[in-house]
Amino acid sequence: MERDRSPIINGQPGGSVGETNRDGRTSILFALWLLPLLFLGLFYFYPLLKITALSFVRAEGSPLASTLSTLSAPRTRAVLWFTTWQAALSTIITLLIGLPGAYLFARHRFRGKQFLRALTSIPFVLPTLVVAAAFNALLGPRGWINLGMMALFDLNQPPVQFTNSIIAILVAHVFYNTTIVLRMVGDFWARLDPHLGDAAVMLGANRWQVLRKITIPLLSPAIAAAALLVFIFDFTSFGVILILGGPKFATLEVEIYYQTIGLFNLPTAATLAMLQLVCTLVLTIVYTRMSARLSRPLKIHSREITQRTPTSRTQKAAVALNVILLVTLLVTPLLGLTMRSFTRFGTAPRGQQVEQGFTLKNYTELNENPQGSLFFVTPAAAIRNSLVYAGATVLLAIMIGLPAAWALAREQGARINRWLDPLLMLPLGTSAVTLGLGFIVALDSPPLNLRASPVLVPIAHTLVAFPFVVRSLTPALRSIQPRLRQAAATLGASPWHVFLTIDLPLIGRALLVAGVFAFTISMGEFGATALVARPEFPTIPVAMYRFLSRPGAINFGQAMALSTILMAVTAGGMLLIERFRVADIGEF
Amino acid sequence: MNKRLQLLLVLTILLIGACAPSMGAPESPATGAAGETESTQTERQTLTVMGHDSVEVSETVVEQFEQRYNVDVQFLKAGDTGTALNQAILSKQNPLADVFYGVDNTFLSRALEERIFEAYPSPMLEVIPDRFELDPQYRALPVDYGDVCLNYDKAYFSELDLEPPQNLDDLTGAEYRGLLAVTNPATSSPGLAFLLATIGYFGEQDYLAYWEELVANDLLVVNDWETAYYGEFSAHGGTRPIVLSYGSSPPAEVYFAEEQPDEPPTGVVHEDGSCFRQIEFVGVLAGTEKPELARAWIDFMLSPAFQEDMPLNMFVFPVNPDASLPDVFEEHLVIPAETAAVAPETIEAQREAWIQAWNETVLQ
Repeated sequence: MERDRSPIINGQPGGSVGETNRDGRTSILFALWLLPLLFLGLFYFYPLLKITALSFVRAEGSPLASTLSTLSAPRTRAVLWFTTWQAALSTIITLLIGLPGAYLFARHRFRGKQFLRALTSIPFVLPTLVVAAAFNALLGPRGWINLGMMALFDLNQPPVQFTNSIIAILVAHVFYNTTIVLRMVGDFWARLDPHLGDAAVMLGANRWQVLRKITIPLLSPAIAAAALLVFIFDFTSFGVILILGGPKFATLEVEIYYQTIGLFNLPTAATLAMLQLVCTLVLTIVYTRMSARLSRPLKIHSREITQRTPTSRTQKAAVALNVILLVTLLVTPLLGLTMRSFTRFGTAPRGQQVEQGFTLKNYTELNENPQGSLFFVTPAAAIRNSLVYAGATVLLAIMIGLPAAWALAREQGARINRWLDPLLMLPLGTSAVTLGLGFIVALDSPPLNLRASPVLVPIAHTLVAFPFVVRSLTPALRSIQPRLRQAAATLGASPWHVFLTIDLPLIGRALLVAGVFAFTISMGEFGATALVARPEFPTIPVAMYRFLSRPGAINFGQAMALSTILMAVTAGGMLLIERFRVADIGEF
Repeated sequence: MNKRLQLLLVLTILLIGACAPSMGAPESPATGAAGETESTQTERQTLTVMGHDSVEVSETVVEQFEQRYNVDVQFLKAGDTGTALNQAILSKQNPLADVFYGVDNTFLSRALEERIFEAYPSPMLEVIPDRFELDPQYRALPVDYGDVCLNYDKAYFSELDLEPPQNLDDLTGAEYRGLLAVTNPATSSPGLAFLLATIGYFGEQDYLAYWEELVANDLLVVNDWETAYYGEFSAHGGTRPIVLSYGSSPPAEVYFAEEQPDEPPTGVVHEDGSCFRQIEFVGVLAGTEKPELARAWIDFMLSPAFQEDMPLNMFVFPVNPDASLPDVFEEHLVIPAETAAVAPETIEAQREAWIQAWNETVLQ
């Protein structure tokens, strides 16, 4: 912990200024925390406390008794156990698949890399119902795989039972979250000095030793951060469990939804929501303690040095294998969806469904409004709405995430940081249903009567994006060598100037990662289903659900067309953000 | 180097700024009808109608009301039925809207117990049949109804020369083994309605025994209607030819088909009270500042103009007998002669126990 402390706070340069500097630094620290805390206080802690208090007021008998009876119920224990083990298993598999991928993106140059990387992020934004449809096209009872195997082995029954199984949950979690590992670990890895490994090899170490003794220890802060985020996402999983897991599986989040919406049993729901929060908090405290020990200042390198084009046959084979794995797992389901959006089924005279070949009708008819519905939205307007919300989320998340990450990275030992750091992850561990109702009861009077305001949408998205921004930026900021800042400070640069000239350029890449996360989180509408919406501003997923909730072949086709549009817009947006990286902001 | 980054930030801010006015300014009136109303000098009022996500209405119909009362109608969509109702309940001290539409008979008691509505005995109720009026105190007024029924894939049964099932009893027969997919009553509104249908059909004593037989006959349960209908139903690429859906689904299949077939590709299992009727209600939210307008809106919703607009937008049917049905429904809709009956108070009181008992019987 001490290692990373700024030398200045230890009173190094020019003894007598030490004390005033310390005061100055503390006030900088408070100034940095001001905006993030104001935001979280207003839009997270206040609504959450208010809905929790209100829920317990509704308890029959004492709130404490109600809490205890919920916590001691065998059902609660079973749900907590399932929630934990499926999240742990999902996280491990995600890491096993994501880490080789991260290595691929970090250390190699190959054609189509940017594009492949953007493709691997698309799953993150897809609504669960769409992902279910995608997997169904591949693995469902009449999916390609089952039909293929039935033809091949002459079977009467589809051999693979995918939906309503734990396998479906695990596969979907890996499908959704691998991008977190690819981005967070990959970008950190890309900046590590490959010569450390080369030197070790020259000293006689084998590859395994290099990996174990050098690469993994150096990467550990980024791996830990990615693992934490993936775990929390899996731990609070809702749509995947509900739709792909089926009725036999319930996580805490699913149970909270049922208790709140189905039964309107708010005290039980609040207790479960608290339980979920406490788990997130404990995990985050463990993580913050660990990561403080793990991170160390590093020499940062440009990709010019760290990345190479594969030359030898083994290298090429390794790259190819890795690419094939990622494409199979993350890209083929997307392809299935896209193909489905260009087909339409008709009804034959005897009532069978007949495929009618390639058609653009699912797309062109999106612009028609046959019923003259008031809530009709053109795809162009839906794209614009999604992009405006996403742009606002990127901006807001970075505006409040950057000062928080900076404060955390600069003064790890400071008490305020040790208290606040774990709290920053809480929004991710919070039940969306609970928080949605929290907004209703808390933000209900001017000037904050935001209950039905479109402004609440980017705010809600930012609550989810903010932990990502902080976790992407903090490892990068911590890895900046203090002597760079120290040198600048000694030369008379103000802290603001030090930030602008040292920190900001060095974290440019991490800033882009943070931006991509905020963008994708907003495009995927995390948690927004629990908000009261004004139907004038529907996003792409909202427009998609409008079709998917009705029976009829045309509606399904149009829903698939909108999903494909969502994928294309997301990939386009990410590639655009990544273009800034081509300029290599933040590198020497 | 960091100049580029600064430039980037500035550009982003400008971009957001350029886009924002199109959706910012939450107080500005809704687009569309708002433009044509310079006729009066008085400030135009806004009536806010809150409902669930599936609420749909034609623009021209809303305009009729807006012009007649010189008002803007602002809709709020608040998630599924349960979520929307909970939000209305939790905001009752300071209501989000003037009118709430979309609470159905499975949630009606919750809405009434929480006293979110104020009574309004609309004159329009005179024409509406008594069987739809479930609240004798006129706090919640019926607007539309729809039947939750099992649907079957006609092609599957005609290919095998198999008679499709007629009522719930038939489904336990060996010839229908492994054919049925339904949804979970804990997570899906049609799922709950179907559980209630079995309770109404077999009675509280015997419905669990029936479910046991369904399980033994290889029943499939999924959590949501979309997965059941578009994932498992054989008419849409799945393997189960009988699925839980609505009585309105067959006409919808005709209406939303590429080339309209002469008859729907799907049929409905509707004999002997095998369906559950969902009735949706509207009410004036207690504490509204515009009770007159709110009442006028409710009268409007019960009038033929709005009632005739509902079927093609929401696939639910008018409670007002003066409203006529669009042709596609006249031709293809099956309205069951009788439906399973369970009182709203009983539903609210028993929901948790019934779902839990179902859970233990079917899922474990």
